[in-house]
Amino acid sequence: METILEINQLHKNYGTLTAVDHISFKIKKGHVYGILGPNGSGKSTTLGMVLNVVNPTSGGYKWFEGTTSNHDALKRIGAIIERPNFYPSMSAIQNLELVCKIKNIDTSKIEEKLTLVELLSRKHSPFKTYSLGMKQRLAIASALLNDPEILILDEPTNGLDPQGIRQIRDIIQKIAANGTTILLASHLLDEVEKVCTDVVVLRLGKMLYSGPVDEMNRNHGSIFIDATDREALHHFLKDKAYAGTITTNDDGLEVKLYEEVNNAQINKEAFENGIVLSKLFHKKQSLEDQFIELTNQN
Amino acid sequence: MKRLLDIEFHKFRYSKSSKTLTIIYLVIVVLLMLTGMIRISFNQFSGSLSDLGIFNFPLIWHITTYFTSYLKIFIAIVLVSLTASEYSNRTIKQNLIDGLSKKELILSKFYLALTLAVLTTLIVFIASLILGLIYSDFNEFSIIFSQMGYLGAFFLAHLIFFCFCLFAGILIKRSAFALGFVFVWYIFEGILNIIARLVDGFYDTSIYDWLLHILPLNAMSNLIKQPFTKIDLVESTLNQISIAEIDLQYDIEWLDILSVCIWSALFIYWSYVLLKRRDL
Repeated sequence: METILEINQLHKNYGTLTAVDHISFKIKKGHVYGILGPNGSGKSTTLGMVLNVVNPTSGGYKWFEGTTSNHDALKRIGAIIERPNFYPSMSAIQNLELVCKIKNIDTSKIEEKLTLVELLSRKHSPFKTYSLGMKQRLAIASALLNDPEILILDEPTNGLDPQGIRQIRDIIQKIAANGTTILLASHLLDEVEKVCTDVVVLRLGKMLYSGPVDEMNRNHGSIFIDATDREALHHFLKDKAYAGTITTNDDGLEVKLYEEVNNAQINKEAFENGIVLSKLFHKKQSLEDQFIELTNQN
Repeated sequence: MKRLLDIEFHKFRYSKSSKTLTIIYLVIVVLLMLTGMIRISFNQFSGSLSDLGIFNFPLIWHITTYFTSYLKIFIAIVLVSLTASEYSNRTIKQNLIDGLSKKELILSKFYLALTLAVLTTLIVFIASLILGLIYSDFNEFSIIFSQMGYLGAFFLAHLIFFCFCLFAGILIKRSAFALGFVFVWYIFEGILNIIARLVDGFYDTSIYDWLLHILPLNAMSNLIKQPFTKIDLVESTLNQISIAEIDLQYDIEWLDILSVCIWSALFIYWSYVLLKRRDL
């Protein structure tokens, strides 16, 4: 599969502060990637470096397998960083015309993209009269003008009201459905969970995880189980292949799972061993738990 | 180059401050053309300004370029605010992300400065030509187009000043402060000049003469020297009080041309280095 972006040992220091610490990952065509990390974890700096506005301290990156120069590669990309940056006194149309001139494309797509983000009716108003949500939507329209091979979005829903967040997410999902590769940086888990197939987790500039969202944590959640005779239950469970660490809580045992289990099967086997279960349920770990777990390590 | 100019003029066209200040500039140039009708009385002389002979070819080239040179501050304000507001609106970052290289960005600004310098020179050329054709006592073709060097000097003076302003805008990032920087630098050169003169007075050196050529704004204003003493009336008055012995130079000096060109190139290069090194 075609590699769109390859990041190799990218590193950035601001004085003594390490913002990004030797990060490497690849972005393949057709996937929706999330860069996940708390505020200040180096997401924007990483994006800034690959977008040629922040100079890396060391390491490098290659767009489109190194076949074009960086600024030509950027013409094939659509990106918005942090907040929407446009010329305040120009209208939406005038701003987008300028972007077309920079990207060296014709202006025929402007109306179509403005329709997509539902801004067509305000196309002649100056940018400074827009609400934050409208500004953000204009930024997305601008990033889509060249039908980019990859769309990079940095915190696209930051500071928006719930309705605005909903609108932006709908637009992103629409774009993802068209098969456009997307790289989405966010500190919001459910955002990443809802749209992304792959995820890179950052904390304090270090990369903690990179891979598919569902494999982010290899465990299969845990079962919560209880019986009148806890001793016997503990003894019964500890030899099972699926059982990981067993912790005894006030309200029963929590067993971390190594593999998928069938609750009915467990119940049956326990009964056959003379143990009557008073409680049994399976809890899958949410992405949020996994995220907190990942970012709390070390 | 066409694409970069197109981008830059797109920004220029839709900026309010650039529109206003360009209009002010044009209005002043037109008003200046009307000054020929002003009547004055001075030293037993009475008549309109045009009777002074200041609109005679080729003197008019010197006179108009000298006076309209002061107006370049209006265009410079436009350039500084266009450049600095790219920082405050963060559009410079978006331009780079959209696929403009840092080199192209500086080049596009330089092309704008170059074009504005050419345009102002052209406007002053046309305005002077019209003025001259109306008021000049000599209308021979060879006289009309003599001493055109002043227009070249006018162009260079504008170019270096625009490049300086562009550099100030990139360096300081805030338009008001960048204009302040230009002003402070102007005063700084003034102070250096005073010090140099004092030192020259004490030690019989000629530092001041060198500073006049070496410092950017000095060299810029030294390109077109004051034309007052060339005006017939003033000249005759000076003769009457017999101080005409002073050897007055009006020529454009090659050293200034060289200095101005080098400074313009340096300002552009430094702007590029600044932009390249900075994290946006």
